[in-house]
Parts: sequence; C-alpha cells; structure tokens
Amino acid sequence: MCSLALFPPPPPPGDITLYEFNNALVCGRLYEQLPLAFQSQLADLPGLTLPKETLKAHSRLEHSTRPAFIHHRESLWKRCLSAWRDVGLCGVLKEIAGAEEEGLQWVKTGSSYALAVCHWLSSLHGSLFPHLSLTSEDMIAAFSQAVDWAGCTIRAFAWHPHTSKFAVALLDDSIRVYNSNSATIPSLKHRLQRNVAAMAWKPLCASILAVACQSCVLVWHLDPTSLSTRPSSGCAQVLSYPGHSPVTSLAWAPSGELLLSASPVNTAMLVWDVSTENCVQLQWFGGGGVTYLAWSPDGSKVLAATPSAVFRVWEAQMWTCERWPTIKGRCQTGCWSPDGSRLLFTVLGESVIYSLSFSEYRGEMQGQVGGSKTASIVADLSETTFETLYGEERIGGEVHSMVWDPTGERLAAIIRGKRCLRPACPRVLPENPPSSRQKGRKPRRGEESGREGSTHPPSFLPVTPLLRILRRGMCPCSLPASSRMNHLSQPPCKVSVFPQSPHYAWSPTGPLGSVSRSSPWDNRVIQGSPGRAPL
Amino acid sequence: PLTLCFPQVLGWRVAAAVAWSVLLLPVCTAAFVVLSGLDPFHPLRWISNSFNDLYSSYVIFCILLISVVILVISIFNVEFYAVVPSIPCSRLALIGKIIHPQQVIHSVVHAVMGMLVAWCAAVMTKGKFQFLAVACTPSESLDNAVPQMCLNEYHLFFLLSGAFMGYSYSLLYLINNMNYLPFPIIQQYKYLRFRRSLPLLVKHSCVESLYFVRNFSVAYYFFGYIPKVWISTTMDLHIDSKLHPLDTLTGLLDLSLFYHAWLCGVFLLITWYIAWLLFKIYATETHHFPVQPTFAEETDQCLPKILNSNPPLVIKFLALQDLMLLSQYSPVRRQEVFSLSQPGGHPHNWTAISRECLSLLSDLTQRLITQQEAAAANGRAKQPAGELKVSPQTPGAVVTEDMSFQSQRSNIVPRASMSSLVKSSLMPLKTLPGSDVGSPFSSPALNCKMGILDVNSPWHGSAQSPHLIRRGPKLWTSGSDLQTDGSQHESFPVLSAARVGSEAVQPSFIYTWLQNKQEQIKNFLSKRVLIMYFFSKHPEASIQAVFSDAQMHIWALEGLSHLVAASFTEDRFGVVQTTLPAILNTLLTLQEVVDRHFKLPHVSSKPPRISGSLADTSYKTLRFALRASLKTALYRITTVFGEHL
Repeated sequence: MCSLALFPPPPPPGDITLYEFNNALVCGRLYEQLPLAFQSQLADLPGLTLPKETLKAHSRLEHSTRPAFIHHRESLWKRCLSAWRDVGLCGVLKEIAGAEEEGLQWVKTGSSYALAVCHWLSSLHGSLFPHLSLTSEDMIAAFSQAVDWAGCTIRAFAWHPHTSKFAVALLDDSIRVYNSNSATIPSLKHRLQRNVAAMAWKPLCASILAVACQSCVLVWHLDPTSLSTRPSSGCAQVLSYPGHSPVTSLAWAPSGELLLSASPVNTAMLVWDVSTENCVQLQWFGGGGVTYLAWSPDGSKVLAATPSAVFRVWEAQMWTCERWPTIKGRCQTGCWSPDGSRLLFTVLGESVIYSLSFSEYRGEMQGQVGGSKTASIVADLSETTFETLYGEERIGGEVHSMVWDPTGERLAAIIRGKRCLRPACPRVLPENPPSSRQKGRKPRRGEESGREGSTHPPSFLPVTPLLRILRRGMCPCSLPASSRMNHLSQPPCKVSVFPQSPHYAWSPTGPLGSVSRSSPWDNRVIQGSPGRAPL
Repeated sequence: PLTLCFPQVLGWRVAAAVAWSVLLLPVCTAAFVVLSGLDPFHPLRWISNSFNDLYSSYVIFCILLISVVILVISIFNVEFYAVVPSIPCSRLALIGKIIHPQQVIHSVVHAVMGMLVAWCAAVMTKGKFQFLAVACTPSESLDNAVPQMCLNEYHLFFLLSGAFMGYSYSLLYLINNMNYLPFPIIQQYKYLRFRRSLPLLVKHSCVESLYFVRNFSVAYYFFGYIPKVWISTTMDLHIDSKLHPLDTLTGLLDLSLFYHAWLCGVFLLITWYIAWLLFKIYATETHHFPVQPTFAEETDQCLPKILNSNPPLVIKFLALQDLMLLSQYSPVRRQEVFSLSQPGGHPHNWTAISRECLSLLSDLTQRLITQQEAAAANGRAKQPAGELKVSPQTPGAVVTEDMSFQSQRSNIVPRASMSSLVKSSLMPLKTLPGSDVGSPFSSPALNCKMGILDVNSPWHGSAQSPHLIRRGPKLWTSGSDLQTDGSQHESFPVLSAARVGSEAVQPSFIYTWLQNKQEQIKNFLSKRVLIMYFFSKHPEASIQAVFSDAQMHIWALEGLSHLVAASFTEDRFGVVQTTLPAILNTLLTLQEVVDRHFKLPHVSSKPPRISGSLADTSYKTLRFALRASLKTALYRITTVFGEHL
C-alpha cells in the first residue's frame, strides 16, 4: 500500500511543476523555457488565461420567456392547460389550489389535499434518495468531476484522444476548442448548452464532441478545416430523452460507435447510437440514478457510480452488471487500467484508493463481468505532514477525481482535503502564490509513489483540491522499483491526461476564491511534458 | 421460406417465440378479465367475482381460441417479415402495396382474427355483451306470449370493432413497416430486451386502441345500420325497439360501452404486439456461426461459406452480425479467421470473408453512383459527370486513374458506361485479392491516397509521421511518367468506346416522335395536381430506399475494420496484408461517393427526430449510421497501422 509519506514535499511557493526529466520532476516558474528536448515533443499548445471577470455568467435565471412579457390573467382552464404542459400534474393541482375564482371551493380543497399528498410522497422519495431534492444546478455541482464546479471558470475539460486539441467548457456556458495547429479558436454556443458538466471527444473521429448539458446531450460536429470561430447551432445534434436531465457524465465507447450518458435522477443510463439518434435504456433500479461513467480503455467494461452507496460494473457486450455495495459512501470517481483488468475507485468520506481486479477479458465469457470478490486498498491518502523549508504542511484527504494515463504508468488524482498550515509556518498570507517543490525518493518495490500538487491558501479555505500523480508500473501488477514524486502546484478543477504517450499534460485551473485571484498563475492551462522517463 | 432453408437456425426461434407468446396469454387474459369487471364501488365483490371467473369454462375456452389466433398471427409475422424494408417512394406505390393481393389476404385474415378476439372478449366480459341473440324485452301489451329473440347490438358492436381493429392493425403494420426486423444497437439478453420494450408496448397499445375506438365509433355512426339490418334479416332476429339503437349519438355516448370496447382493443393489440415483439427479439438474436468446421458435414454452416453463398437475407444478416461481433470481441475466433488451411496453407477463411465484405461495399458504391448520376441527369444538367472528367489535376483522380490502369493489366474490360471512379473501385475487388500485390505500383498509389486523406483531415496529419507526407509526393513524381501515359492509353479507348456505343443506338425518326409525345403527355399530366400528388416521388423516401439495406454494409465495415485492426498484432501469417490495399481502396472510394451523396440537393444532413413509437424507424436513418461507421472504420485502420501504411 502506498501512502503520502512516500511523496516528496510540495514545491516552494510560486513554483509549479513543469516537466519530468531523468525520472525527476522539475519545478519552476511558468515562463521558464522548456529544455530543447521537449520543445519539439510538445505541440505548441496555447497557454491560456481565462480570467473570471471577462466571462459573464447568465443573468437570466428563468428558463421561460415569461418575465419578458406583461402579466396577463387567463381563465383557469387555460392556466391549467399550460401548467399541465409545462409542469405536469403537480402544476395543475397547484394552479387549481391557488385559483382565485369563486365557486370552486370543493375542487380547490380537493386539489390542495392532493397537492399535500404529492409533497409528502416526493419528500418520502427524497428521504430515500436525498439528492433528488437538489436543484439540477446543485446536483451537477455535487456530482461533477470538477472541483468547485459552480465557482470555477473552467467547468469541464477534454483532450482529443488522437491529436493535440482540447475543448474547455467555461463558466458562461460556452465551449472553446483549442488546436495546436490552427489559430482559429471556435467558440461553441447553443441555446440548450447550459451548465456543462462533462465533455467527451468521440474516439476514432476527427471532430465530434459530446457535451453533457443541463437538459440534454449536445453533439457538436466541428469541421476541423473550417475557419469559422462561431459554428452555428446547426452543427449540433440534440440528444434528449424525457426524464434524463441533468446529464452529469458521458462516456464514448473506445471503438467510437456508442455514447453512454447518465443522469443522477434517472436510474437508467442511455446508450446512444449518435449518428441515428437511437437510444436504448439500460435500466437497473436501485441507487436512484447514475452519476459517473467510465468506460474501460479496452472497451469491455463500464463503471457506473450511483448517488447511493453502491456502484455497478457493466460488461459491455451483453450489458449485464455486477453490483458493488460500498460501506461508507457513494463512489466518487474511478478509472480503469489501460487493459481494462483493474479498476481503481474512491469512495466519498474515505481517503483511500481501492482497487478491483477483473479476470482477463475474453470474448467467450459472455454476460459475465468477472470481478474479484473484494476490493483491496492500494493507496492511503490520509493527511500527512511534510517538513518543508517553509514550515510544516499537511496534505491529504479524499480523492475527487482520478485519471490513469494510457501507458499505465501514472495515476493523477485530485485530492480534496483540508490544508492545515502549522501556526509556526512563516507563510500564511493568502497573497502567496502556490508553492511547489520536489524531492526524489525511492520507495520500496510494490509501492506507488507519485506527484502531489498543493496550493497554499491558508486554512480558512476549507476545501483545497490537490493534484497528485501516482506512479505505477508498466504493468499494473508489478509496480516499479524506482519511481518519482512530484507536485503540480495549482489547485486543479479537472484532471485530464494527454492521450498520446509520452506527453502528459494536466490542466490545473484554479478555483476562484478571493484568495487565489491575486495569484498570477490563476486560470491557466499548463502543459507539462514529463518526457519519457528512462527506465 | 426461412424454415425450409435453415431449420436449425430459425425454426427453433420461431417456435420459441410462439410458445412464449402463448404462455403469456393467460396472464393477459387474467388482467383483461379483472379489468373488464371493474367495479370501483364494490371492490371486494369485484375481486372475488373476477377470480371466480378466471376458472370458468368460458375463459379457458377463450384462452384456447386466442392461442390459435396468436398462432395464426405469428405465422403471418413469419411470412411477412423482412430485414430490408420496402419503402414506397410515392403515394401511388403505397396504394399499390395496400391493394396487393398478399396484403389483402393479410388484412382479411387479421380482420377475421380480430373478430374472433372480440368475440372472446365479449364472452369474457359477460353482462350485456355476452350473446348475439337475446330475448327481447317483453312488450307491455302482453299479447305476444312467445318470447322473441332480438339482436344484441352491443355484441354486434364488439364484433365489428374487433374486425375493424384487426384491419387497422394490418394497415398500420404495412404503413409503419412493422414487418421490418431492426437489429438492436447493443446486444442484450432476450428477457431484458422484452422487459425494456414492455412498458412502451402497453402504452402504445392503450393509445392506439383509443384512436381505433374513436374511428370505429365514427364509422359505426354512419354505416352501422348496414350490418345491423343484414345480420337481423339473415339470422331472423328482431331489433329491440325498446333499447336505444347504437348508431345514434346518444347510443354511442355510453361510457361502459366505450370502456369495454377500448379494453377489448387494448387486449387485442397487446396480445398481438407481444407475439410480434417476441418474434422480433428471437429472430434478431445473435447466432454463432463456426468459422472453421469441426466436422465435414458442417461445412455449409460455417461463416465464410454462408457469406459467399446466397442464403435467405436474414441468414446473411445474422452472419454479418456474427462477423462484426467476433471481430470485436472474440480473439479466439479471430485467430481462426486469420488461420491457414491445413494442407496447402491458403488463407481461405480470410479470403472468403474479405471478398464478400468488399463486394458488398463496392455494390453499394456502384448503386450510389448510378443514383447520383440519375440525380444529376434529372436536375443539374450533368455537371458532376463533367467534374469527374476534369479532375485529373487533383491527385485523387489520378490515383483512381492509375488504379484502373493497373487493373487493366489484369485483363478485365471496364464497362464504358461507368465513370472512371466506378471502374477503379470495382477492379481491385474483382481481381483476386492477392493478385495486385506483385505490382510495384499498388502501395505508392495507396500511400498517395493516404496522404490525401491526411491533408483532408488535419488532425490526422499531426498524428502521422511527417515523413510519410513528404514521401508521398516523391513516390508520386517517380511514378508520374508511368501513370500519365498509362492513363492516356486507357482513357482514349474508353472514351471512343463510349462514343461508338452512343452512335449505335442512334434513334430513328419514329422513336424521336414517340419520345416527344411522351414528353408532352408527361408535361400535361404533371400540371394536374391530383396526379402529381400520387405520382410525385418523395425525395426522402427514395434516399431511404437506396440505403434500406445499409445495415449489412455497416456490419461489413465494422467487421472488416476490426479484423484489420486486430491483424496488426494477431495475424501471424500476414494474410491480411495482402488485401489491405484493396480494402483501403474500397473504403476510400465509398467514402468519396458517400460524401458526394450527402452533398446532393434534397438530402438532409441531419437525421430526423425519432418519435418514441413502437414501430422501429431506424431504417430511415441508416445512411447516417453508414456514414459514421465508414469514417470510424477508416480511422480505425489508419490509427492502428499509422506510419506503416
């Protein structure tokens, strides 16, 4: 088992991890030149600064156009009819109960009783699944893989699986697509593109981006040769299904044919054939919804987390599933090893990473997931104290999001934990930029080590996400003898691994409190290229 | 027909589907009996009565009778199913389909079956619906001692509504193409598929029954007296003057009658749709075809044989689906595909499979080209044809030219009527897949072509090594002298042949006169709105008709590309390499043609919204699926092979 004590302490204040060289992570200032060896490898991706002030969030709070018009009193029947269309039965009952017309006393009392029964039933339902009582925006914020989804400038981030291109969903509900070999930056806007929770590029395709929005899934077809900076909404396909909103997670099949979408309020996850807009519901009652999906890179299995303390692993050929109850809380995040034989997941309320291994996938075992009996703990990320030159620092906590890189060597994790600086620490000022530091260490064989990132906002910022990159062996079963630790110092809100080995890039972007806005390194996408570590 | 050819594959499936739908019948019947006796004011009596009714001999007899009905319905499902939907292109074609004798038989039998079900429903409902002839209400005068038998109009209404529903079902079955067997996008167990479709089925039946009852009430209001009079005269029944006749507004505004007729309709539709759904689920289930026969007798049933023979279409679909699945999920079976034959060492399995897939794809290419040429001839004064001829400046066209040059050497005479593009695409397929490997030109040509693909898709350019693109033009110049004179040599004869061909059919004077007349008549008729209404082709429908069997091509594409991608690591003998040029060439040609197809006028670039109805309309959007999977297939091959291409 691996613990944080094996990691080097965080980098000094103001520094960030730039790249990995000779099996060591190098920290420095952002503007430092990369070594020549990396400059050719690293596609010249733009470093972008996205200050929050320029992004205007939506001012309209209501979905309908009603506030724009003068209020007009209609007859009760018309109002009931429109309430039925808009809200459904509850709306009609509410409309009748609140009617001011005379002479309908018994109808009014009847409907107010019926409304009370409805409320009671829904509260009963809500007590079974508390997340159902949230508004859809809060729900997205609770289940999104982005830390501080509601306040962060960048709400979702997605690398293209085949080329140096990435999409960034911003606070103002627009999406920008940056491409290394093109100067045009398309900005995608759509009427239905609100509260983006996740994005995913279609594999084996140049230009299709699926976006999980509040009410639907949008599939953008972006012609890579197009010079338009504002693709029309005609380029987007709308995939919607009644009762399937908000969508919080998306997963493309690695073979590129199917798209999965999940919503915390719908117990079914939907399998879309995007080109024909056909969908199949994969219904499995229990759990109250599906919050997070992860398709294994070999395409054989899918992890589906639910809002309650259970998650499921689907087998992607005959679509049967195995149910995994967890002890403490819901499954927060998970990731697959490149060969799909091992699943790492974390549970809300526990600062450990669990591992589940699956029997090797063969086409003959139809309809069996083949998971092992129990999950084992592979890493303990509970709070650890580091002695640094700048005082003692404590790092550790629950993992918010994880990704495993395609070669199977690195694991990046965002830790959401309380940062406590000892009072003796000389540097408590909130204005201090994040620090980072690295130190080499050799853990024993069979252990993981990695990088950790940390920021130094003071202790009054309750939740500080950390980025931690654990290193694993080429083959997940035999972990490497030598390994390295490192820090990425920006508090990231979304992790994403650059898909083409040997480059990696993480996208740490700051949650914008009043604290870190003073830092010059806020809101940047930083490319670090660890290079190929000599093994 | 299908049971004769492949009893082992489909006979059992049909039998199982029928058996399950008959087994589910008692459940439906029980629900019907309970609901038909609905009495909300006396719930206890209602429940006890309906449970007593369940064991009555009436109900058991009705279940037996409806089982026979289900059997007949299933036989019709089996006889009428199609894996390729027939899409009527104009309204006249639709009318022609409706009055086609086969369809008339279908409708009549369904109407009779509907009447039988309605009779059963009436008998099970009891009350005032049970018998056709009832004793008349005694008249007050009491002078007539003999009780007379009167016609029970409620019963008649039930029977006729059953017949009407049966006929409507048959009509909708035709119009919605419900005989089409759509294959599911994901594999699932039969029970799960059934459970998933059941709520939709019930909802759909309820709504549709409502519409049927409404329509029937209107029809009965206008024409109800005809059957009433006819029945009462032939069976010598009186018409009770005390009761309200039903073909009046007050008669029809009877809530109980309406409820029971609706319930009867729901019962009928649910039982029939369940039979239909089960047949669909069973028929589209995957079937494992062995790749390599274990015994000599099984040779006819193994995958390469079936693909190359001409089995019933559904078997071919199942075989292609199996190919797609094995290429994606089963390394062991892939290994069998890549294996060599034991004595001799020939890759028979791979050759047969790839040849069949490629010929399927090139057939589609050819069909699309003819369709495009027709469209061009109709509308835009043959511009695309000119484009094809002009294109030698663009490298793509030269490649195709040079491919055709190369195929000329393999002694296959191109047809003059086809455009150069078709020729080039077809040639490498007709030749044996190994034959053009020896030619030194094939791989550079493909390299060029891949280079072009890269240029078209910038993202790929970055993924591929730049030296390939650099190498492309170099090879290109080295081969240019060869290929330019080659193309000149072969294009001249072709053009002259075409000219000779057109002169040979030099039309005579009478022929031109006839043609003129024909044109005049056409013009005259086209101005009449009604005729245009029936004859005008719906553009969307004709496009759908072109792509109606595209599911086959999608599977062929997926199977082929997965196999090729897997061959990079799994193919020990290198059998796939030899066919790789032909495969890439076919895919790229098809890509070009499909792209051009989507640029045609009248072709919508977005799939239409699919309403969540019971009848599957996936055949309407197959062309989008084809385009997507074609792109994916190309990318799959190129990302795996990368710089080795």
